[in-house]
Amino acid sequence: MPEAKTVTINMGPQHPSTHGVLRVECELDGETVVKARPVIGYLHTGIEKTMESKLYYKAIPCTDRMDYLAPMSNNLGFVLAVEKLMEIEVPEKVKWARVCLTELTRVASHLVWLGTHALDIGAMSMLLYTFRERELIIDIYEACAGQRMMSTYFRIGGLSDDLPRDFDKKVRNIIKVIPERMKDYEALLTNNQIFINRTKGVAVISAEDAINWSLSGPMLRGSGVKHDLRKANPYSGYENFDFEIATGTNGDAYDRYLLRLKEIRQSLRIAQQALDGMPEGPYRAHVPGVVLPPKEDVLHKMESMIFHFKIITEGFKSPRGQVYQAIEAPKGELGFFISSDGTNRPNRVRVRPPSFCNLAALPALCEGRLFADVVVAIGSIDIVLGEVDR
Amino acid sequence: MKEILKALINVFLKMPQGFVVTLKHVFKKPVTLDYPREKKPMAPRYRGRHYLERYEDGTERCVCCGLCAAACPADAIYMEPEETPNGERKAKVYEINLLRCIFCGFCEEACPEEAIFLGQEYEFSDFNRDSFIWRKEDMLVPHPRKDNPFKRIIRRVRRVYGVPDAAR
Repeated sequence: MPEAKTVTINMGPQHPSTHGVLRVECELDGETVVKARPVIGYLHTGIEKTMESKLYYKAIPCTDRMDYLAPMSNNLGFVLAVEKLMEIEVPEKVKWARVCLTELTRVASHLVWLGTHALDIGAMSMLLYTFRERELIIDIYEACAGQRMMSTYFRIGGLSDDLPRDFDKKVRNIIKVIPERMKDYEALLTNNQIFINRTKGVAVISAEDAINWSLSGPMLRGSGVKHDLRKANPYSGYENFDFEIATGTNGDAYDRYLLRLKEIRQSLRIAQQALDGMPEGPYRAHVPGVVLPPKEDVLHKMESMIFHFKIITEGFKSPRGQVYQAIEAPKGELGFFISSDGTNRPNRVRVRPPSFCNLAALPALCEGRLFADVVVAIGSIDIVLGEVDR
Repeated sequence: MKEILKALINVFLKMPQGFVVTLKHVFKKPVTLDYPREKKPMAPRYRGRHYLERYEDGTERCVCCGLCAAACPADAIYMEPEETPNGERKAKVYEINLLRCIFCGFCEEACPEEAIFLGQEYEFSDFNRDSFIWRKEDMLVPHPRKDNPFKRIIRRVRRVYGVPDAAR
């Protein structure tokens, strides 16, 4: 009987550093990974199909539950897709508020990534610090939408409610506090020899490979490709904002760490601009029959009352057609494809989740490397299994 | 020699930067709460447990129109109407299955009578699944109110209309 040269072992689905229920089948030769195959589907909840069975506005809470670390970005993607389908123009204030909130979401998502990635590598205290800062942003979700994670704040044609009174003050506090605390993170990690040894030159992907694997977000930019949907294909008024696209050079895990720190700073910069230039105006578009009228009108005007009843019970009829709207979510390009057959429900909703597409490159990142580097590779991709499996 | 120098710089200059950060936190006040004993006040718009509002004279606001049930993405609300002796419509049965409810707040947004609203309470755990199906009696606000009714009205108005411009 010939002696087996390689050993196949399972990492996950119940492994603390796979960030959820990801299983990686690793074929090992000694300590070297010969083959790594991500196996997904443990968290499959059929969100796309659930959205197809619901009226357009009722599908918004489903999107929150995909990438639960960045609920506002998911809301924005879906809401923009439906607005594109219905050809709704939202008020300026809504656009700016959405930009401000999604940038804060990016900061929150990157903070969680930073904490968990450092925890995987062995830096325990990072998680505690980053969650402390994330709490400030979660408080803003709570003040705006009323829920701390599953916010459901954006509606088709506007926001569910006006921005709260102390929104400005709270966001300005965040913009002031987080850069100061980020000095602590950098002191802990950037020059830490253990962290550098674990991440530098690990999980490398070249720019060409990154494009061929159709990676997006920090995974793509970490390899030096200057591509950001906020600049390349602006949505929701991003063309009005002045910011830089952060890029890496080597395409390794350490570069992606530095890049995400830069992105946090740029996001705060955008949030600051959004606050400074926040125009006054209504928080919902006035599109009778599609967008809910304001509550005070429902109570006093017959016409608004009728539209209110009609929208809530029947939804609105969408024109026949297909739209694709992609946004730059914290993890990469998040796209929503909606195919409509002219009824009040979408005929097909397809999500292009950034985590899923980025996870596909996992074999390329860790084959030929040590087994311990698989953890770093998974961490630096920044996956959320709720989004991978949907 | 160069290697040794690099290692020395790492050990004595670079690594202690991190230690300083963790050491500084020893002298800081903890940001955590002693949870079951200390509680964080929730935001005014917080979406917790459901309440059914009454008019000032104690009659229920809900007219059982079914909009909340229609708006519910999780299909958690069930209701049956009946007519009161003086010809008004009201709910005979009004049940919310809290195990299905996702606390999205669409029922509150849909309600044309401002009858249902989501309050601040968020601790629901129980040993019995049946106790999570809340009937009308469980959700109606007490009458007469125990707390200052003025405060609650103000809060509801704020939740629904936003804050008036003068207060900005």
